Amino acid sequence: MTPFPLTRALDRGAVVFIALLAAIAIIVPALNLLTPPSSPFHVSTYYVALFGKYICYALLALSIDLIWGYCGILSLGHGAFFALGGYAMGMYLMRQIGGRGVYANPILPDFMVFLNWSELPLYWYGFQSFPYAMLMVLLVPGALAFVFGWFAFRSRVTGVYLSIITQALTFALMLAFFRNNFGFGGNNGLTDFKDILGFNVQAQGTRAALFATSALALILGFVICRVIVTSKLGKVLIAIRDAETRTRFLGYRVESYKLFVFTLSACMAGVAGALYVPQVGIINPSEFSPANSIEAVIWVAVGGRGTLVGAALGAFVVNYAKTVFTSGMLAPYWLFLLGGMFVAVTLFLPRGIVGTANYFMERRRENHRAQASAAAESAAAEDGVAAPAPRPAE
Amino acid sequence: MRVVRHGVSSLIVMLWLVLIGTSAAQAQDIESALSGFTADSFADTDSAVGAVARSGSPLAIPVIEALQEGRLLFSTQQKRVYVRDRTGAVLDAATGKPAAAVPTDLSPVRLNNRVRRAIDAALGGLTLLSPDPGRRLDAARAVFKSKDPNAIEALVAAIKKETNPNIRQALIEAHAAVVLFKPDASEAEKIEAVAVMRQRGDQDALGLLSSLPEGTPDGVKRTAQDAIAAIQTNLAMWSGVQNVWYGLSLGSVLLLAAIGLAITFGVMGVINMAHGEMVMLGAYTTFVVQELIRAHNPALFDYSLPIAIPLAFIVAGAVGILIERGVIRFLYGRPLETLLATWGISLILQQTVRTVFGPTNKDVGNPSWMSGAFEVGYITITYNRLWIIVFTMTIFLLLLAMLRFTHLGLEMRAVTQNRAMAASMGIRTSRVDALTFGLGSGIAGLAGVALSQIDNVSPNLGQGYIIDSFMVVVFGGVGNLWGTLVGAFTLGIANKFLEPYAGAVLAKIAILVLIILFIQKRPRGLFALKGRAIEA
Repeated sequence: MTPFPLTRALDRGAVVFIALLAAIAIIVPALNLLTPPSSPFHVSTYYVALFGKYICYALLALSIDLIWGYCGILSLGHGAFFALGGYAMGMYLMRQIGGRGVYANPILPDFMVFLNWSELPLYWYGFQSFPYAMLMVLLVPGALAFVFGWFAFRSRVTGVYLSIITQALTFALMLAFFRNNFGFGGNNGLTDFKDILGFNVQAQGTRAALFATSALALILGFVICRVIVTSKLGKVLIAIRDAETRTRFLGYRVESYKLFVFTLSACMAGVAGALYVPQVGIINPSEFSPANSIEAVIWVAVGGRGTLVGAALGAFVVNYAKTVFTSGMLAPYWLFLLGGMFVAVTLFLPRGIVGTANYFMERRRENHRAQASAAAESAAAEDGVAAPAPRPAE
Repeated sequence: MRVVRHGVSSLIVMLWLVLIGTSAAQAQDIESALSGFTADSFADTDSAVGAVARSGSPLAIPVIEALQEGRLLFSTQQKRVYVRDRTGAVLDAATGKPAAAVPTDLSPVRLNNRVRRAIDAALGGLTLLSPDPGRRLDAARAVFKSKDPNAIEALVAAIKKETNPNIRQALIEAHAAVVLFKPDASEAEKIEAVAVMRQRGDQDALGLLSSLPEGTPDGVKRTAQDAIAAIQTNLAMWSGVQNVWYGLSLGSVLLLAAIGLAITFGVMGVINMAHGEMVMLGAYTTFVVQELIRAHNPALFDYSLPIAIPLAFIVAGAVGILIERGVIRFLYGRPLETLLATWGISLILQQTVRTVFGPTNKDVGNPSWMSGAFEVGYITITYNRLWIIVFTMTIFLLLLAMLRFTHLGLEMRAVTQNRAMAASMGIRTSRVDALTFGLGSGIAGLAGVALSQIDNVSPNLGQGYIIDSFMVVVFGGVGNLWGTLVGAFTLGIANKFLEPYAGAVLAKIAILVLIILFIQKRPRGLFALKGRAIEA
């Protein structure tokens, strides 16, 4: 009997994780808004924005874990989808500035006036509408991933080849977005945002709301990933990860599975980017840099690939370490630590934090079971009754 | 015979006299020509310059030079013109002798841009016979630009006299330019001149032919149109040649950076993300060698590169072997993890170099034999680019020979083709891995020596090349160095041909997109290893 997908997807660990996130989503904004700054329980707006950023990173990490941990696709260009989602949101926010820009042009963003453009490029149309912009947040990264994946998976580009090509993709996009005539603000990107849905992006309340929204998005993303990986589809994905050719020979259309999960993952990354931009207040082409994408992969590796919870945890841990290191005297040593983390995790902690913890818990449970059966056996032997042949723990 | 015996111009003047001879009539001419300077009006000065130049007097050059330098003085009262020579003495301009009595109301003849142009043209015509070949050439070029019809007799005389073929050619071209712009030249003369321009065939000739003056006969215009078309075709061909050259130059840099990557990827199936940092280490080795040479024995500076080459190979190769033994061999069979681990190593190496040498660009000098350039046809070839191509090809051929003729090469090829089978035959694959990795890194170090000559030496040096090198490997395929060669040069040349149309950045994007599409057709690159394995 197959249980309802959601109940099957949410085992105890997943429920705890969701409950934790939900608690954070409520408590952090509440502590920020309801307690006075003097209170020891007060969470400053700075930390709200910082943790909001981490949550967006966690969603990005989740999207990478879905394809890397469960389907064996190592994308070194997921930052591109993140940045595209961010740009879509940025375009909406730019249009919301309206006449309040430096040049006070009601239609054109400042950088276009500066470049002497007389009218809005076609691809900027519609971004004044929030629903349209949100659609684009999903659609643009999704469409790019679909086209790219369709080409790549159909011709069976796998392994390191795929990784390198994804890196080239984000590199090409970075070069393109750095150009002024591309129409996305060039070097400076999009910034100086004023309003989102009529609320001031700088306001404390808006920030708290954005934080809560990000946490909700992370919960939603987590549930979607869990449902997928615990379904039959998820089992096929894992089969593709472990033995792609065999899966194909068993009659599964490997390309279609990969394409689906890759596109979904890109959409998730896009949402993460869209939530990230209003919280940090800027999006520029350096988000496309290949180094960023690889860094996102290491979050997943640190937390534990193929665990989902681990990906989110890894994003928190690594980024918190980054904040601590790069804001103090230790700043020059951050790259040593980051580089060392890449090496150490791949060499000594291939399962990541959560993966290793799971592994030891599993081992302990097995030991317990073995001990219990051994005890039962010896008890039976003492009783002088012929014990049944010991069966190994399943 | 009257000779002005002062200043630099005396020799020229003597020559002038020998050639043309003097007469009393000339003295008359120059007297009347000089009177134009006393009017103190720019129009009169302008025509006076022409008249003086035409007078054929030996004094013409010193007078016009004096005018150019503001040393030509006139007296309104006496209506006479004087030259103040460089020593300060005042000479009579008409005779060239020291003035008997210096008038009190002397003031310099004033100049404006129109007069200055007339002076340049006149001097251009007059210095065509200078004994200094450089000066003659400059004069010919000046006339080519000014197209001053007054210079035509001087040109004809100079062409007859000229023995230096280069200058003679320049004079003939200058003559043709003057003829084309001279209203009273005959059609036949003009057609001949067009032919000369067509022969010259450069941008200047093109500009001149497409701006022929009003009233040029139709026959001449038609020939000029033909000539323009011919020149344009010719120039297009040369710009093609130039693109190919730039492409070869870029391609050789790509090849140098990618070749080490290709062999490690071929043999071990892993991508070394720290490969770019090996290039950087090579460049920094060159920097250190040069610093030591500068400090201890500057005379050896020209040998800094030959000294740096083996050292860079050893440094980068040793670091490579260290990485392989320390990290990569534990990750065997997990290529994606290798990717991440080597990325981490690249961060550490970059930061180490940044800590030791500082984040700024280091100044690595070019030895004398690497600086400078020479011209072939209409393109300029710089020595450093040429040497880099030679260096790259040498390394490529050496590597090819090594793979073909040495024992290690044989083992490397065996492991590339089938690791399990090679191991069964008794090849110590782990040793081959380590040596291959060392070799690949060493070659990256050599690439660093070359790149230090054309790029900024900074801790980020390697990052700029890493994606391009990957593209070369992906495009060329692994297991065959020729694939890398073809891949590198194709990408280099394609890049340079796209650049004029799309700009450097868009060209790069276009190349990346094309490679992504190319991978569709040939997922394993141009020169893929043929094998039966379903998962190569």
